Amino acid sequence: MSGLARAAEAPRFEPALMQRRLSGTLFYGACLAAIGLTLLAILLLLYDIFTRGLSHLDVDFLTGVPSRFPDRAGVLPALVGSLQLGILLAAIAFPVGVAAAVYLEEYARQSRLNQLLRTNIANLAGVPSIVYGIFGLALFVRALGLGYTLIAAALTLALLILPVVIISTMEAIRAVPPSQREAAYALGATRWQVVSGAVLPAAAPGIMTGTILAMARAIGETAPLILVGAVTFVTYLPGPFEGGYTVLPIQVYSWAARFQPAFQEISATAIIVLLALLVVLNVLALVVRVRLSRHLQW
Amino acid sequence: MTGAVVPGARRWRERAIEAVLFLSASVGVVTTVGIIVVLAFETFEFFVQVSPLEYLTGTVWSASIRPYAFGVIPLVVSTLMIAIIALAIAVPLGLLAAVYLAEYASARTRDLLKPILELLAGIPTIVLGFFAITVVSPLLKSTILPSLGPFSALAAGIVVGLLVLPVIASLSEDAMRAVPRALREGSLALGATSFETIRKVVLPAALSGVMASIILAMSRAVGETMAVVLAAGTNPTLTLDPRDSVQTMTAFIVQISLGDTPQQSIQFKALFAVGATLFLMTLGLNLLSDWLVRRFRNVYE
Repeated sequence: MSGLARAAEAPRFEPALMQRRLSGTLFYGACLAAIGLTLLAILLLLYDIFTRGLSHLDVDFLTGVPSRFPDRAGVLPALVGSLQLGILLAAIAFPVGVAAAVYLEEYARQSRLNQLLRTNIANLAGVPSIVYGIFGLALFVRALGLGYTLIAAALTLALLILPVVIISTMEAIRAVPPSQREAAYALGATRWQVVSGAVLPAAAPGIMTGTILAMARAIGETAPLILVGAVTFVTYLPGPFEGGYTVLPIQVYSWAARFQPAFQEISATAIIVLLALLVVLNVLALVVRVRLSRHLQW
Repeated sequence: MTGAVVPGARRWRERAIEAVLFLSASVGVVTTVGIIVVLAFETFEFFVQVSPLEYLTGTVWSASIRPYAFGVIPLVVSTLMIAIIALAIAVPLGLLAAVYLAEYASARTRDLLKPILELLAGIPTIVLGFFAITVVSPLLKSTILPSLGPFSALAAGIVVGLLVLPVIASLSEDAMRAVPRALREGSLALGATSFETIRKVVLPAALSGVMASIILAMSRAVGETMAVVLAAGTNPTLTLDPRDSVQTMTAFIVQISLGDTPQQSIQFKALFAVGATLFLMTLGLNLLSDWLVRRFRNVYE
């Protein structure tokens, strides 16, 4: 039969299948290698920082002030500055961000203006942090006359993390089932009573977690603070309206930029303190999420 | 609230609350307008002293050494060179990692690996800059490039690549996971291997999402500051050699604000002009990325 003869002449299937399987295996290997290489880079980074910096990490380092002599230097002003900055900026960004998200999710009608508000927040999240620094310099430091102070820095970073707080709060609010709202409305609650009594408590775990993670991001920021006047050599603890504050990332930068092995070592130690602070915040976010959502069920 | 509240007062209260919430929601728009006004105003002042043509087409940048020259091309070229090196690292690694997470990894492996990638995304950029000068540069120098100096576009590009890798990995993974299962099953049922299914079905279907993630990563790389300040140096020369020390737009902004530059000087105005240029470049990339994501959504919804 001619059909069979033609089939016999056709290229055989098996060898090609072997090759196809081989290229699949090679590709899988490449995927694994990519993951492995990325993990290796992270491990190398952490290994380098800990071997360089761990030996300097002691009480003297945590309670000392910067010095011309790396052996005597400490990070107290920077650590305190970072903590103050974190608390201040959360106190600013949290209420504004949550209120904005509540408006966009629960109040805003489908209008052009509200669509603009939404698009704008997504776009703000993509603006480089250093541009916020330039804006903070022009608005808070100069126009509002706050000068190079911690409060100007906190306001600048609050603007920087506001889109993140708003977006994560909107997601948390969206995850609250409509039945919760409907039940509250059915009991005769006004819109605000629905929001404050039913929606916000149910969305609280997501909101808190999002805010704490945004705060962690701000605490690791360096570039905008250089523009709004964080300084590199602070030997005392300034108040929020005084000048001359510093924070951990700035301290890391100033020591790293000296390119002397001894200063690079204490720069690594300051990085360990910074990473520890970020780990604490991340764990806090996790704990808050678990504890607050314990009583929620629907 | 109790029934004792008169309806009129209650309605007033509700309106006041709505007004406060609306004001909070408009902080974002005020910020955007503020950024644009500040940048435009100061850039205009800069252009009174330096012609826009000279700024946009000049190939010499010398803001601190006389004779001053403000041609932005060296800064833009350095910025783009570092961004391209970063993408050359982050695109293959990030995409392969995304394919692994979306197509091969078990749910358990994914739950383990994703937080680690997020860890990388959460490391402050100053730490990656430190990594560049203490590990990446010396490693390159001792292995393949003995002539490498302490500052180079290459070392900066590599760590910026690490920095934007999680962006590509996580957004591309989302795009691939959004491809309907039926497409994969159809391909497998026709006898394609899983690699062929990924290459010819999943990747083309997820292409606009993947492209969007790459463009967003490029935008991040262009706006990245601290890693570049530490690793690439502050030498504003026009070069395409990745072994050279260069100065990016962000590094110039940092250099001027760290020094004792008087705020009324031409250098300080140049800071705003460069900031405006940076803002427009990243805005363009972000809008392009948004547009690609929206196109991608239209396919499946």
